[in-house]
Amino acid sequence: MDKRYTVAVLVRNQFGVLNRVTSMFRRRQFNIDNLTVSETESPDYSRITVQFAGERVTKQQLVDQLYKLPDVCSIRELDNENSVSFELLLIKLRNDPASRGDIRAAADAFEAKTVDYTRDSIVLRVTADSRRIDDFIDLMRDYEILEICRTGVVSLERGADTIRKVTNL
Amino acid sequence: MKLTGADIVVRTLLEQGVDTVFGYPGGQVIHIYDSLYKYQDELRHVLTAHEQGAAHAADGWARATGKPGVVIATSGPGATNLVTGIATAFLDSIPMVAITGNVPNVQIGTDSFQEIDITGITLPITKHNYFVGEIEHLADTIREAFRLAMSGRPGPVLVDVPKDIQIASCDYEPQPPVVPDPPHAAKEERIREAAACIDAAHRPFIYFGGGLIASGAQEELLALAEKIDAPIGCSLMGVSGIPTDHPRFLGMQGMHGHYACSTAMHRSDCIIALGARFNDRVTGDRTRFARGAKIVHIDVDGSELSKNVTAACGLRGDVKLTLQRLAELVSRLEHPEWRDTVDGFRRTEAENRDSRTGLTPRSALLTLDRHLTPDTPVATDVGQHQMWAAQTLTFSRPRRFISSGGLGTMGFGMGAAMGAQMATGEHTVLVTGDGSFGMNLNELATAVTCQVPLVILLLNNGVLGMVRQWQTLFFDRHYSNTVLERQTDFVKLAEAFGAKAERVDTLEDLDEALERAFGYEGPYLIDCLIGEDEFVLPMLPPGGSMDDMITKVGD
Repeated sequence: MDKRYTVAVLVRNQFGVLNRVTSMFRRRQFNIDNLTVSETESPDYSRITVQFAGERVTKQQLVDQLYKLPDVCSIRELDNENSVSFELLLIKLRNDPASRGDIRAAADAFEAKTVDYTRDSIVLRVTADSRRIDDFIDLMRDYEILEICRTGVVSLERGADTIRKVTNL
Repeated sequence: MKLTGADIVVRTLLEQGVDTVFGYPGGQVIHIYDSLYKYQDELRHVLTAHEQGAAHAADGWARATGKPGVVIATSGPGATNLVTGIATAFLDSIPMVAITGNVPNVQIGTDSFQEIDITGITLPITKHNYFVGEIEHLADTIREAFRLAMSGRPGPVLVDVPKDIQIASCDYEPQPPVVPDPPHAAKEERIREAAACIDAAHRPFIYFGGGLIASGAQEELLALAEKIDAPIGCSLMGVSGIPTDHPRFLGMQGMHGHYACSTAMHRSDCIIALGARFNDRVTGDRTRFARGAKIVHIDVDGSELSKNVTAACGLRGDVKLTLQRLAELVSRLEHPEWRDTVDGFRRTEAENRDSRTGLTPRSALLTLDRHLTPDTPVATDVGQHQMWAAQTLTFSRPRRFISSGGLGTMGFGMGAAMGAQMATGEHTVLVTGDGSFGMNLNELATAVTCQVPLVILLLNNGVLGMVRQWQTLFFDRHYSNTVLERQTDFVKLAEAFGAKAERVDTLEDLDEALERAFGYEGPYLIDCLIGEDEFVLPMLPPGGSMDDMITKVGD
């Protein structure tokens, strides 16, 4: 049964660390849906957030393989219960007088903000969890989509606990 | 004290207790070689014929001692020539530290002469690797490389040192050698589950791999086997892990494993796997592998648990420490019926054993076996001869069978045998075939220069026998590119290198040749002619299961 997993990985902020992580994913054929890398509260660490769909054993294998990389400091599995997750979407649509009103209505429903507006195009910005963004894109397929760019998910645990409390081993 | 980077490299190696390194000089390591010249009384450098030979020698050294082997190579082709050697060590979890030179930092990324991204290339075949960008980090990086190579599941680590770092100087403070991370037993709760699983079993089977040797858990394994009354088998990497003549030992398991061992594992209802990873050469078709067995899997690398086969109990921890606790928790068990069944498998194996008279691969190896001492390291290359050696030779102590298991590297043997010889000081044996030997026979030059007491038993059949065997069985005897038709005279060849050599085609001649070879303090090649259609048996067809085992050919 494929399920979507979100895993946050705290890594040492070393040159080439992203390459080490993605190289391992590639060689073991882990199929990643999206991945973000970001700075953290400390200059010594970077945070990689990975989303992928797969079976539980695949997820476990991915986590175990990540732990073998010396640059990986800690790993946290995040889900809807224990975390807040957001993704940012930019979507560029054809600005067509016939569909303009419908697009606006859908945008309002998703709290999408218009960030660029020309005679021929509209760019909307949506911040939401990944599923809601999928849903919004799906709605927009009724109109002419010119371009899409989404960031991949960023995720933090709810409450005062942090990823740094989970140590390697 | 202020030292150059090159001196820091050498001093840090000495600090780690290294007394021998293998390598090959070049433009981007010339400063390190100048330091090696300076410190030659403390650190022996063995110059090989090719960097690959040096990497395999460092690997052979590590397999024979358990301590990291060290290899040094220059940038570009020097570094890429290490790749097969590093990968060989990686697949078999052998501790190794590889040091490469590179072009100066300012030239990195400009495709300079002999510049190569060796940290990029070796990313998937090292535990970790480092590019040293600042001299202040050099000594600690090398120390860290040693710690990583030895800790947990061992493996190779590469340190790439650009030329400007070798030339620059900084303060160097000697430090005591690094120690590997302390081993820990698996969680108590998991060990209790495993003990319950073993207590409930009627047909337990203990299966170990190279991880048992790395952990030094021979005694603990034998104690557990006694307590729960279980037979023992091993993977290719486990060979020599416990004495071959131990009454509970059934030998090697897998594609060319012993019949009794493979059958017992297949019929077991509880496989206790120790430092082994259920490679496809062990399981065949995984969906049909030992379907009646629950698997208790102990490994220091948690990612091996349920990676290839699902473990009913997965225990992440040091094999030795975990076994100590497990042996306390399991009940003393008796399985007389299972013992009888296994004895039956042994009898079947004995009945099917190749008992032909005259010179056969098996009789040749049995003859060799009579010349071995308990301390003799035996290295192999890869192919039929390797399987025959693993099946036939007897060992009494660990780290004496030195063979490329995971990567299956033809050409591994010459370098590895030299490394093992230099590590142990023992008269060493290389069992090889004409195919494998052809790949790295250039290292005969090194063996002669260093007067390595090495008996090279070349089982010469004029074909690439293992592939030929598959072609015979599965490809309608289409012998595509496996008939060598070479005109190489191995005796003259060895003599041209300055080694001694002779050719034999009878068992009596082989016996006498071995006598002479072991009496000679240098490389001695025996070109032993065998038939081109000898088979390695039994054989599980690739992707097959125990039910498809081929034990005889032709009937």
